[in-house]
Amino acid sequence: MREFFTLPSQIESVDLAATRADEFAKRAGLDESFISSIDLAVRESVANAIKHGNRLEADKVVEIELVFTEGCFEMKVRDFGAGFDATSVPDPTDPENLLKATGRGILFMKAFMDKVIWETHKDGGTVVHLIKNL
Amino acid sequence: MSDINISERQAGDITILDLEGKVTIGEGSVALRKAIRTLLGEGKKKILLNLAGVSYIDSSGIGELVSSFTAVNKEGGSLKLLNLTQKIQDLLAITKLLTVFDVYENESDALASFS
Repeated sequence: MREFFTLPSQIESVDLAATRADEFAKRAGLDESFISSIDLAVRESVANAIKHGNRLEADKVVEIELVFTEGCFEMKVRDFGAGFDATSVPDPTDPENLLKATGRGILFMKAFMDKVIWETHKDGGTVVHLIKNL
Repeated sequence: MSDINISERQAGDITILDLEGKVTIGEGSVALRKAIRTLLGEGKKKILLNLAGVSYIDSSGIGELVSSFTAVNKEGGSLKLLNLTQKIQDLLAITKLLTVFDVYENESDALASFS
C-alpha cells in the first residue's frame, strides 16, 4: 500500500505528518511497538525538511510518501530547499558537541530506522528515505 | 491549547518545575526556555525539572534541556532532572547526555543533592 501527501512548511505539519504516518501504519496492520519506534524518526525527518530544508518558507511544501510492502515500511520526505549534506552535520555524541542545543535529529532517525538515505532530487530539493523492516 | 503545562513549586531555595505534556519543536520547547529564563531572572538558580508528566520529547526538546542546563550553569547555578520516563532515558542514552545530567528517581534524593 502507498500514500502520498503534501504539507505546508510550518511547525504544525510535524504533528500532522506523524498522525498520517500513524494511521497509515495501523491500516497496514503494524503493531503498536513498531509504530512507536518509527514515530520519532517520522517527526524528525519532517521537522528537518520544514526547518532546515524549506527554511519555513510559506511557498514551499514538503512532499511525503509512505509505502508498505511485505515486511518493510518506507517513508520519503522531500523538501524544496537548497540541498543538504548529511555528512556535514557534526556527531552530536562527540564530547565537544554534547552541550550543543541542536544537531540530534539525524542521530534519532538513524537510531530508530534500519536505513536512512539522503538524495538530491533531480528537480531540486532533498529527499530523505527512511526504511524499517519488520 | 498549549502542548505543555509547567507548574512551579518551591522547596527551600530549590525550584521544582513539574512538566506535563510534550516538549517538542514549537510551543513545548519555547515554554521551557521561557520558564528557565524567568527563574534565572528572579535569581532562582537551583532548579529541578520533574519530567514524570512528559508524554513526548523530540530532538528539539532534548536540545532545550541542554540549553537550560548550560544557561543555569553559566549563572553559577545547577539544573538537575527528576523522574525520567523510559523514553527520555533511552534518548538521553542514545545522545550520551546521561553522562552530562544529574538524574534522580526520587524527589527527596534530588533535593538533598543540591546542598
